[in-house]
Amino acid sequence: MNYNWNWGIFFEPSPEGVGTYADMLLSGLGWTLATALCSWIIAFSLGSLIGVMRTMPSPVAQAVGTSYVELFRNIPLLVQMFLWFYVLPEMVPEVIGTWLKQLPNASFYTAVICLGFFTASRVAEQVRAGIQSLPRGQRAAAIALGLNTWQTYRYVLLPIAYRVILPPMTSEFLNNLKNTSVALTIGLLELTARARSMQEFSSQVFESFTAATIIYLLISLTVVMLAGALERRVAVPGSR
Amino acid sequence: MIAIDGVGKWYGPVQVLKGCTTQVSKGEVVVVCGPSGSGKSTLIKTVNALEPFQEGAISVDGIALKDKRTDLPKLRARVGMVFQHFELFPHLSITDNLTLAQCKVLKRPREEARTRGLKLLERVGLSAHAQKFPGQLSGGQQQRVAIARALSMDPIVMLFDEPTSALDPEMVGEVLDVMVQLAREGMTMMCVTHEMGFARKVANRVIFMDRGEIVEDAQKEEFFGQPRSPRAQQFLSKILAH
Repeated sequence: MNYNWNWGIFFEPSPEGVGTYADMLLSGLGWTLATALCSWIIAFSLGSLIGVMRTMPSPVAQAVGTSYVELFRNIPLLVQMFLWFYVLPEMVPEVIGTWLKQLPNASFYTAVICLGFFTASRVAEQVRAGIQSLPRGQRAAAIALGLNTWQTYRYVLLPIAYRVILPPMTSEFLNNLKNTSVALTIGLLELTARARSMQEFSSQVFESFTAATIIYLLISLTVVMLAGALERRVAVPGSR
Repeated sequence: MIAIDGVGKWYGPVQVLKGCTTQVSKGEVVVVCGPSGSGKSTLIKTVNALEPFQEGAISVDGIALKDKRTDLPKLRARVGMVFQHFELFPHLSITDNLTLAQCKVLKRPREEARTRGLKLLERVGLSAHAQKFPGQLSGGQQQRVAIARALSMDPIVMLFDEPTSALDPEMVGEVLDVMVQLAREGMTMMCVTHEMGFARKVANRVIFMDRGEIVEDAQKEEFFGQPRSPRAQQFLSKILAH
């Protein structure tokens, strides 16, 4: 293989005119983190709501929850990204469509919403599984004390369920983080997109993607460590 | 206090309660017994509307459960319930288990709820464990906390659903002691239990159920002396044999 290694490439000026290749990657990292965190906020809140609905006695709530989950988890993320970005603006009234297309950072907002809605379907299933793993008597005990449905979830079922599902929720968070890379297909200049353009401009394919790989790995491992710390912090004394 | 009138309940095509009619007066202790699957747990759970029923009527303290205007959470807050598997909230300390519903349902100030909770904890002999979590207590201790938790709501009646069935034999006594004391203080109680010693000691009436029906509803002396139905006789001879 005839390859010119050049690890110093990161400190060479990028073709953008300002900053180095390293700066370019770091700006990509910034968008990756922003997209991951914003979409997680949607995924966590909406997912919890949908998951709870699937465990409620009301058949209507269950049906709504189930429909949501089956719709959003059964369409490939890439297709969903395209639907939100290319198809939605054509389907709404023209004024809104044009406004959507001209929105600054449209790819960022789209990625946040798309990932948030997609990951919410997965979070919902974790939340549902968590709640259903609890002894049936817990709900009965809460209700028997006079707590209403909202209080039963807020003070009894969810605090226990979230503890149970913390490990798989960490995985969901990591998936969501890494899925942000799909947004490069709608033009979001996140980390993977930046690594690719660095490779195209500099032809240093190995250096570019080694850097991206290491950065993803480091963030993910940090998340894993934080999740571990959180798990220990919320552990209930006397439980296994 | 509790009036159960012709209650029928179905799970799909299976009828689990058939025309159950009985009542519990203020200050009365009624023990409900019968073979497993006889519907006794289901019946007691209909009293605070934890289980819906399709036929008949139940009223507690004159309030009809089926009435659309009845605020069920409010009514349940006045009916204490103790479960077979304790059902303390595992993520809350003993103190928080005792105060949660007082604060959220009765809107008692935190300090007042705490004082009330700790007083009841002392009453069931567990003051030393206030800061612990349910997982750190034995089954018997957890059940005593569960009784204290129900009492913290100042209930007008207490329901017990096989409170000692999930306990190791050596822990049954400590829970029954609390229940006996409660009965002697005049608490209105409806207890599903197989503890015939407890029934003999404090019950006023014994209800015997079989296959979803109330087969026998008699004064204690009458029930233990000479039950009228052969099924009750058979049941008694089996559980009193050892």
